[in-house]
Amino acid sequence: MAVETRRLLTTSKAISEAIAQEMERDPRVFVMGEDVGVYGGIFGATEGLLAKFGPERIMDTPISETAFIGTAIGAAISGMRPIAELMFVDFFGVCMDQIYNHMAKIHYESGGNVTVPMVLTTAIGGGYGDAAQHSQTLYGLFAHLPGMKIVVPSTPYDAKGLMISAIRDDNPVVYFFHKGIMGLGWMTPNPRATGEVPEEPYTVPIGKADVKRAGGDVTIVTVSLMVHRALDAAEDLATEGIEAEVLDLRSLVPLDREAIVESVRKTHRLLVVDEDYGSFGMSGEVITTAIEGAFDHLDAPPARLAYPDVPVPYSRPMEQFCLPDREKIAAAARQLVKG
Amino acid sequence: MPSNETLRALHHQMVRIRVFEETLQKIYFEGKTPAFDIAAGPVPGEMHLAAGQEPVAAGVCAHLRPTDAVTATHRPHHVALAHGMDMQRLAAEIFGKETGLGHGKGGHMHLFDPATNFGCSGIIAEGMPTAVGHALAFKKLGRDDIAVSFFGEGAANQGAFHESLNLAALWKLGVVFVCEDNAWAISVPKDKATAIANNSDRASAYGMPGVLIPDNDPVAVYEAAGEAVARARRGGGPSLIEIKTDRLLGHFEGDPQLYRTKAEMETVTQRDAIRRFERQLIESGAMTQPDLDQVWEAARAEVAEAVEFARSSPYPAPEAALLHVFA
Ligand SMILES: Cc1ncc(C[n+]2csc(CCOP(=O)(O)OP(=O)(O)O)c2C)c(N)n1
Repeated sequence: MAVETRRLLTTSKAISEAIAQEMERDPRVFVMGEDVGVYGGIFGATEGLLAKFGPERIMDTPISETAFIGTAIGAAISGMRPIAELMFVDFFGVCMDQIYNHMAKIHYESGGNVTVPMVLTTAIGGGYGDAAQHSQTLYGLFAHLPGMKIVVPSTPYDAKGLMISAIRDDNPVVYFFHKGIMGLGWMTPNPRATGEVPEEPYTVPIGKADVKRAGGDVTIVTVSLMVHRALDAAEDLATEGIEAEVLDLRSLVPLDREAIVESVRKTHRLLVVDEDYGSFGMSGEVITTAIEGAFDHLDAPPARLAYPDVPVPYSRPMEQFCLPDREKIAAAARQLVKG
Repeated sequence: MPSNETLRALHHQMVRIRVFEETLQKIYFEGKTPAFDIAAGPVPGEMHLAAGQEPVAAGVCAHLRPTDAVTATHRPHHVALAHGMDMQRLAAEIFGKETGLGHGKGGHMHLFDPATNFGCSGIIAEGMPTAVGHALAFKKLGRDDIAVSFFGEGAANQGAFHESLNLAALWKLGVVFVCEDNAWAISVPKDKATAIANNSDRASAYGMPGVLIPDNDPVAVYEAAGEAVARARRGGGPSLIEIKTDRLLGHFEGDPQLYRTKAEMETVTQRDAIRRFERQLIESGAMTQPDLDQVWEAARAEVAEAVEFARSSPYPAPEAALLHVFA
């Protein structure tokens, strides 16, 4: 009898494996960032890479984000394929000009003559008491600005495939990993942060959403860690006879609008769950998409459960109050279905 | 040489900081064992402790008044305490309690205290421009208060460092820039991040005096800071002081420090500035061993009381999260 063996990896291992395989395949790929070398990245995204590729290709940088992200842009234009890590997305403030006025615009400004093939990786998310400057989610802010692709994986499998796609893409790709999906030993354990990952390189297309759980009663659209929370909530709802469909967008730019519309046409109800701030963000964009494409199919006004428009508070009771979670998602979905 | 009274005050300040940091270190791991979970326990999130860097805070802040502005970093407790922040409200904030400085909103990297004109930031080098602004306000208001900006050597490679130095010098503002060079920025050593050996050399590029204190000596810090503070107060403009100091602990608690050699960690532990200072105090006759013991005992009592206050204080109401976004 054949024994089935499954190859389980954490998300952080899946990401570092993807980078390693692309570095082996393509000598132009290299990594820059703070603590990406000996430390292996604060969230493990570059673990083991220094030992494999040496300090010429895994480059620890000074705390000079404008300089090293700008350096990645220049190197990309001149024929390399850099990966630059911005340790926490919250730090974008010190280097955003390089990101949105240069990385994201040069291709357009050049009339298509110059390409900037690079990946900017960054950590998002809270829930562990790291307060206002180290807990934000912020992909909506980047997605608002034209010229960069936005990738937000939720599982180890998607994380590897999307990283390989991002590195091979001729456009700048901002790759957001949530600390809570990485499978780190020092974060609250998350069983779904470990999953099956094929050893050989493969791609997951950027711009394609994925139905993580099929259901006919309500569509829950979300990304990243909130996919896990939504799946937990869906289990609870199933015991009450409500079948939720969980749609993982995986990318925000390009946005898989057809997948949103298709699911809403099927379930007639939409809940968007977002750990990013509620106003002017992903939740509004997804709801607009549903209204534009499936207005006649909606049986209830679309709803959203997002981070309130306040900076992330430190103290646990206040932070937990702000974060969407299993119970809040289930309650919001129940409300949509039962009225 | 400062008076014996000043020496004793410096010692006392350093000891209460050390006891505070070591106590927090223990508390931080409550609820986080056997499996370390950064979200668990009475103090969640990152925790950056300043054990080893006490001479900087004590030596500089000894010259300050509560109306002088101080900006600090993600590693702020030593500076906050030396500048006179209420230890109980500091501890309560770290515990996320209603009685904390920010009612539990800020946490350990985001401490704001109008009573001592103190602020800090978890974004590297970003406390520096604000210090320049404090000094600008003092000038406009005709006050002889000054601003002091503490930052790590890692921060000196950020644009904000260079922009702030230039602006302060250009407008001749009363700012003292204090660089705490503990040789490490998380896992990246100074010599892998900065092209020159001493940040004090950079001061001249901005037209201000730069002083190097090579050995984490509280008296040397005290003397250099005295000059810089006096210059700033009399309208003589900014200066920069760089102190080669030591990070006795991890970058944050829970940091396995695999990037550091055992030998280096032993060296910094052995040259602990407080122990060295105590030997000097005894040799010079400024203090006796029983005097020293008493200081430690008093510090333990003070810290225990602050921790008790923090533990017994209530948490803020969950929905208080929605307050204070706007004035
Ligand atoms: C703009 C920015 N980049 C990166 C970080 C992450 N980070 C936090 S502390 C730190 C090292 C700081 O080193 P240094 O300034 O020397 O201060 P130390 O930690 O040694 O006290 C880094 C890189 C940050 N908080 N802000």
